[in-house]
Amino acid sequence: MSIARLPRVAGLLALLLAACALPLMLSNFRLFQFSQVYIYAIAILGLNMLTGYNGQFSLGHGAFYAIGAYVSAIMMDRWNISYGWTIPVAGVLCLIVGFLFGLPALRLEGLYLALATFSLALAVPQILKYFEHWTGGSQGIVLSKPNAPFGLPLNPDQWLYFVTLSVLVLLFWLGANLLRGRVGRAIVAIRDNHIAAEAMGVNTALYKSLVFGVSAAYTGVAGALSACVIAYVAPDSFNVFLSVTLLIGSVIGGLASISGAVFGALFIQFVPNWAQDISKAAPWAIFGVFLIGFMYLMPFGIAGAIRLLWIRATRSRVQQKERSVVPSQAHTTT
Amino acid sequence: MRRSLQLLALALALGMAAVATVPAGAQTVVGVTPTEIKIGNTNPYSGPASAYGTIGKTIAAYFKKVNDEGGINGRKITFITYDDAYTPPKTVEMVRKLVEQDQVAALFQTLGTPTNTAIHKYVNQQKVPHLFVATGATKWDDPKNFPWTMGFQPNYQTEGRVYAAYILKNIPDAKIGILYQNDDYGKDYVKGMEDGLGAAASKLIVLKQSHEVTDPTIDSQIINLKNSGANVFFNVTIPKFAVQAIRKAHDIGWKPTHFLNNVSSSYASVLKPAGVEASRGLITALYTKVVTDPQWKNDKGFQDWVAFMKKYYPEGSLEDDSNFFGYSAAILMAHVIKQCGSDLSRENIMRQAENLKGVELPFLLPGIKVDTSPTDHAPIQQERLAKFNGEYWELFGELFDAFRKN
Repeated sequence: MSIARLPRVAGLLALLLAACALPLMLSNFRLFQFSQVYIYAIAILGLNMLTGYNGQFSLGHGAFYAIGAYVSAIMMDRWNISYGWTIPVAGVLCLIVGFLFGLPALRLEGLYLALATFSLALAVPQILKYFEHWTGGSQGIVLSKPNAPFGLPLNPDQWLYFVTLSVLVLLFWLGANLLRGRVGRAIVAIRDNHIAAEAMGVNTALYKSLVFGVSAAYTGVAGALSACVIAYVAPDSFNVFLSVTLLIGSVIGGLASISGAVFGALFIQFVPNWAQDISKAAPWAIFGVFLIGFMYLMPFGIAGAIRLLWIRATRSRVQQKERSVVPSQAHTTT
Repeated sequence: MRRSLQLLALALALGMAAVATVPAGAQTVVGVTPTEIKIGNTNPYSGPASAYGTIGKTIAAYFKKVNDEGGINGRKITFITYDDAYTPPKTVEMVRKLVEQDQVAALFQTLGTPTNTAIHKYVNQQKVPHLFVATGATKWDDPKNFPWTMGFQPNYQTEGRVYAAYILKNIPDAKIGILYQNDDYGKDYVKGMEDGLGAAASKLIVLKQSHEVTDPTIDSQIINLKNSGANVFFNVTIPKFAVQAIRKAHDIGWKPTHFLNNVSSSYASVLKPAGVEASRGLITALYTKVVTDPQWKNDKGFQDWVAFMKKYYPEGSLEDDSNFFGYSAAILMAHVIKQCGSDLSRENIMRQAENLKGVELPFLLPGIKVDTSPTDHAPIQQERLAKFNGEYWELFGELFDAFRKN
């Protein structure tokens, strides 16, 4: 570890400590909300890999979220498998489905890919109703909330909070390693100029499909966690709006930013509730105002805005460095 | 650094103190003060089912009327209603907010089948009254496993039983053909019919045909049913397919006694498009007054509702049955609170909800009453049959009680 990274690592550790302390201070209801924030953050990071880093649009990640949730629910309900095992299985299955979907999607660019993935989001709730024997049809599957193991003095909400937090930390650590290394540079190179990337020896087709797979896996894991936390799955839980919400979260949080996923998750969890408190008659109009306001004030998302502020605050110290950093930083890194 | 550590320690200590002072809950009377009772609700004010959101608005308007008139036993009703957009995860979040943060005394008229399923277990674990849910599914009447949940409207199985009772009594040589949608909704109706027919079911039902909601037409099913020699047609389809079925049966000259499920009894979206001639003689089961039906123009309950709408919810439609429905449900909730007297503990609210005898509601057809008991969590179980006379549904025959209580 280099000296330059020390403050950052210390900051992350402090954040993690604070997150671990939350159960001491917050009610079970608030913990439940924060568990949902972590779940959304995982899904958004997955989408962000695809859209932010690799430049492939998806309006269909709700479908992978649904698949993950149902894989987990069916395993728990049908075969009595512990929830802990269902989460990696859901991830691996979504990895395969995402990779396979990524292969034909290679032929589609930009808006056409967005439409193709959108069809996935439209189709999945109906397909779920069709396989009624497994999925419980439109009635869905009712699950039980897992209790804390080894006699830990935690209630189910506290335990699930720590489960989602641990999965979040693990997946963010893996994601950061993936995106900051050689593979990450190849993924970004494809977005910026795929011909140049190919000329540099990057296997564009393979990378694009792989990113699709990994992205779907992250979202699938998030779906599986949501099945545990909500303790119920039904087709109505995964309508088209979920996919749009995830995309909103990734753009508001900051495209191509790892920490942005958390900000985006906070936004899609809490802002609709505030909007509702302001006006019950037109909650989505208020939400729209928030959305436009955020986009206008922070064109590079919340993470981008924080970064710009940070750079401005430390301007005196890094005057020379800054000039070369700002333009590219704004849309490529944390 | 030392200062921030001190701050952190202070925050932790405060947090722990807050945890320690949270009241134990179960022993105290939750959501009630001498001047107020809190009632919680979720409704789809946005999203695909937002047309139903008007029910929540009507209920809020009715409780405002109650409060304007002095409340109930000196208490005002605080009605807290949240948007769940008809998505189960949002319902879970909002209901937990109502129960754990807003500390409501009871939940009332939470709307939707999947949404209520998502909170079914939770509210029963928390022992929160979950009253008069706005959904037609059958599972809400299960006091043994879910003692804190109570349904409201007649469910699909009840309606199936009503038709069965009529057939057993009036069509001795019945040969029944059934067309149903292949999902929970369709199967619930068929189960009600079969249970109602009892031992005779296997003999009387000559053919069952199902269709998927995605099918383009159901012509072949209708032809099969005609060829089976059925003289009774039990039509369990949603409006789109009901139109096709009525039309096709008419076109191929099949003239059975045609029972059309209540789901598709709308004049505007089914009978008129299918053709008034083809629809004449259809039989359906009703439990409510249809607000656009001219025969209720001078009905006292209907007129009261119109007056209420004009004063408290003027932007609501007078042609939307949902507004009559919400109004009537709110009257029933107010009735329960009144019946509780001064004891508004959750236990007593539930006890009184389980002890409703012969309560009349404005939207119910004459003679139909609300009845509950500790073993009966289905408040409305009576229906009347009606025949389409070319203009409107004309009631005929006696009142059917699906389960012949007592």
